[in-house]
Amino acid sequence: MCKECGCGIVGEVGINGQPGGQVSSPLVHDHDHDHDQLHDPPHPHGHDHGTPPHTLALHQAILEKNDRVAERNRGFFKAKKLLVLNVVSSPGSGKTTLVQKSAEALTGRLRVGVIVGDLATDNDAARLRSAGVPVVQITTGTVCHLEADMVAKAMSQLPLDALDVLVIENVGNLVCPATYDLGEDLRVVLLSVTEGEDKPLKYPPMFHSANVAILNKIDLAAACDFDREKALANLGKVSHHAEVFELSARTGQGMDAWCAFLVQRHATLRQGSQLGCLS
Amino acid sequence: MHEVGIMMNTLEAAEKAARTSGATHIHELRLRVGRMTGVVPEALEAAFEVVRQGTLAAEARLTIERVPASCWCGRCQEEFVSEDLLSECPRCHELSGELRRGLELELASLEVS
Repeated sequence: MCKECGCGIVGEVGINGQPGGQVSSPLVHDHDHDHDQLHDPPHPHGHDHGTPPHTLALHQAILEKNDRVAERNRGFFKAKKLLVLNVVSSPGSGKTTLVQKSAEALTGRLRVGVIVGDLATDNDAARLRSAGVPVVQITTGTVCHLEADMVAKAMSQLPLDALDVLVIENVGNLVCPATYDLGEDLRVVLLSVTEGEDKPLKYPPMFHSANVAILNKIDLAAACDFDREKALANLGKVSHHAEVFELSARTGQGMDAWCAFLVQRHATLRQGSQLGCLS
Repeated sequence: MHEVGIMMNTLEAAEKAARTSGATHIHELRLRVGRMTGVVPEALEAAFEVVRQGTLAAEARLTIERVPASCWCGRCQEEFVSEDLLSECPRCHELSGELRRGLELELASLEVS
């Protein structure tokens, strides 16, 4: 269930075409609780015997459940020494092409697996599979973003021990995925030159939450009258902490620096986990 | 339909906490919502009117505390209120990426009996 737009009140999430359980509805869940803690119990008594009026201080994060599962994912990924990316953008910014070309360019250096989320169809998964990339498709039905427990269920279908990098390609949407931690190491936001220079200003929470910002389709910049300086300035304002790459996944321009960055981050992660084992 | 989801999650958590404490009524829910969350309090209130039906909070009051966003300026060693994500320190005009407040989305407390 999404706090931004209320999507996913009903609807079946599918993983590689199989039902993945109604993972997002708070009305349907798989945990146990006692008889007196039913969600919608019939009123058990004809009289009122609650407690005296009092205040319950909770300070509970409303998305605590997702955050908890995300932390569990993060621990699991760390144990597997997997570098995990959560790739977000509007629809059509070139996420799938970037993922496919990155996996191909990293052949022999890093083994890449993919979890891809869309509302419907397995077109993206089919594209990646035909390029030889291990992939699981999550179809979210009506849900406009991926949640941590969808990722937890989907990853069991990937050969994780034979991977170095897990790319989670989120649903194309610049609003809701910003709020949902999946347990990733890096959140990667894509902005293509065809979308205009002011996207970061229009969708600040998403760009602000990103660790990496990729300016994609730079081969089309001239045709789109794209103002590079202005786009970088806007990115700098909202996500000044993010590492920026300018590239064209289609032509390969700028891909070397991006791939070298992933190799370096993966090496750092492996080194960190080895040091962790020694200490 | 914006914010219906968040209200359902909130009520689920509130009912669970109330029942655990032995209460049978929720009289007030207090939420804290950060300015940077993108959640609109008015929309939350509208959603609350609908989703509270048939719950322990059917007659409860909803109080929303809007938490302003603030950033930390490393140069001035001071927090400053930020109206949007273009967070420039008003003293030294340095850009700050260190959001200290504004992303809260919290069920702060309940009045129950």
